[in-house]
Amino acid sequence: MYTVADLKKGLKLTLDGDPYVVIAFDFAKPGKGQALYRTKMRNMITGSILDRTYRSGETFEPASLEDRKMQYLYKEEEHYVFMDNQNYEQYRMDEDSVGDAKNYLIDNLPVDVLLFKDKAIAVDVPNFVNLRVTQTDPWVKGDTSGSDSKPATVETGYVLRVPPFIEEDELIVIDTRTGEYSTRVKG
Amino acid sequence: MSNNWLLAAKRGRLEARANILQSSRDFFRTEGYLETDTPLLIPAPAPEAHIDAIPAGGLFLQTSPELCMKRLLAAGYRKIFQICHCWRSGERGSRHLPEFTMLEWYRADSDYTVLMGECVKLIRYLATTCGMGGVIGYRGMSIDLQGEWERITVRQAFERYTSISMDEALREGVFDELMALEIEPNLGTTTPTFICDYPAERGALARLKHDDPTVAERFELYIAGLELANAFSELTDPKEQRNRFQEEASYRIARGQLPYPMPEPFLAELAAMPPSAGIALGMDRLVMLLTGANSIDEVVAFTPEEL
Repeated sequence: MYTVADLKKGLKLTLDGDPYVVIAFDFAKPGKGQALYRTKMRNMITGSILDRTYRSGETFEPASLEDRKMQYLYKEEEHYVFMDNQNYEQYRMDEDSVGDAKNYLIDNLPVDVLLFKDKAIAVDVPNFVNLRVTQTDPWVKGDTSGSDSKPATVETGYVLRVPPFIEEDELIVIDTRTGEYSTRVKG
Repeated sequence: MSNNWLLAAKRGRLEARANILQSSRDFFRTEGYLETDTPLLIPAPAPEAHIDAIPAGGLFLQTSPELCMKRLLAAGYRKIFQICHCWRSGERGSRHLPEFTMLEWYRADSDYTVLMGECVKLIRYLATTCGMGGVIGYRGMSIDLQGEWERITVRQAFERYTSISMDEALREGVFDELMALEIEPNLGTTTPTFICDYPAERGALARLKHDDPTVAERFELYIAGLELANAFSELTDPKEQRNRFQEEASYRIARGQLPYPMPEPFLAELAAMPPSAGIALGMDRLVMLLTGANSIDEVVAFTPEEL
C-alpha cells in the first residue's frame, strides 16, 4: 500500500482497476491549510491522461506489474501472439497495445512483455533489430540528383529511408528507439 | 575543478540569495528593528492542525519562531525581526522544502494593515537591490511594484474566481482545494495581491475582525501566484488562545498526528503582550521570485535529496 508520501514521478499504481504511472507530481499547501498532492497520471493500458488531487491520509494500491522475457510468434487476425520463454504460455495483444513495436516484430524476436493481472499491456523490443529489405528501387550509377537516401520497405511492411547503396534482399540494422536505419549487416 | 557542476552552476542564484538576505537585514535595521536569534530547538511548537513539527531529541525543531518572538514582544521588545531556518515535516514540492528559511517580523501597537505597508516598502527595496527596478518579470508575467497593490478579501476572491461562495466552500470541505487550484494562480499576476480576512477558523493565532467576527485579521501576500507571506493582527487574549490551541490539538489527536505539549510559558506571558501585528515571509520563495527560478530547488545549495 502506498501513501501520499510515496507519490513521485514514475510511481505505478492501480486506480479504478487500471494500472497508472505518475507522469507529473507537485505538492501544494495553501496558507496554513491542508496539504494537497497534485498528480498527472497516464493509464498504462489506454494511454489516457488523468489529473487527480489527493489529501494526506489517502492510500493507493501498487500496480502489480511484471516484466517477462518472451518471443514473438505470429500475427493472428488483429492480434499479435507472444510466448513466455519460461512456461511457454501464450499472450495476445491488439495493435494499439503493441504500438510502434509492430514495425519490428519478426518471428522469434526476443521481447520484454509487461503483464498487468496476467494481461499483456506493453511490449519492448531490442534497441537494434535486423530486418530484410523486401522492396527498394535500384541505385542508378551516375545519379546526379544528389539524393542521399531513398525509401525501402522491410519484411514487416515498415517503410524507412535508407542509403542509396542498399539493395533488395539485404539485411539492415534498425535502431528501434528512433525507427531509423543504422547500418547494413555485413556478410 | 569540482565535479558537482550542478552545484557550481547555482552560483548566480546563491549570490543573489546572499544579497537578498543581507539587504533584508539592512532594511529592518534602518527601520529601527532589533534582530533576534531565538532557539531553533523548542519543547512545544504552536499546535496547528496542518503543520507537522519534526521531533528531535525529546524536543522539536521549530516550525516558526512565532512563540518565542511573541514572548519578546510581551517583555517590551517593540520591533523585532528574525531570519532563521524552520522545519515542517512532509512538505516537499516545487515550492516547498521541509527545511526552509523564514523571515518573521513583529511590531507592537500595530495591526495587519501596517504590515501591508511594510511589505510594499520591503519588496520594492529588495527588487531595486536586485537590479529589477519597479517591475518583476516572472514566468512570462510582468508584475508592477510601483502602482497600488491589489487588496481583496477571501470572500471576494471566491466570488471572483470560483463558482461557489467562501461559506459554501467551508461547508463542503473544499476551501483548500479551491484556494490552491482555482484562486492562487490568479493572485498577484499584474500587481502584488494582499488577500485578506480569512475565515475565523483559519487563523489560530489571529485576532477576529471587530465588525465581522466570522473572519480573522489575517492576510497573505501573493506575487505571480506564489504565496510569499502570512500576517496577522495578533490574538492577545490568553484564554481565547488556549481554547483555540486545544481545538487544534484535538483535531491533531483525532487524525492520529503527533500531539505537542501546550506552550505554557507563552500562554502565561501572552496577557502582557501589547496589541501587535506579525508576519512570516518565505525567503526561499522570495529569492525564486527575484531570480526567476521555477523551483525552490534552484535557490538553495542543497535539497534534502542531495545530502
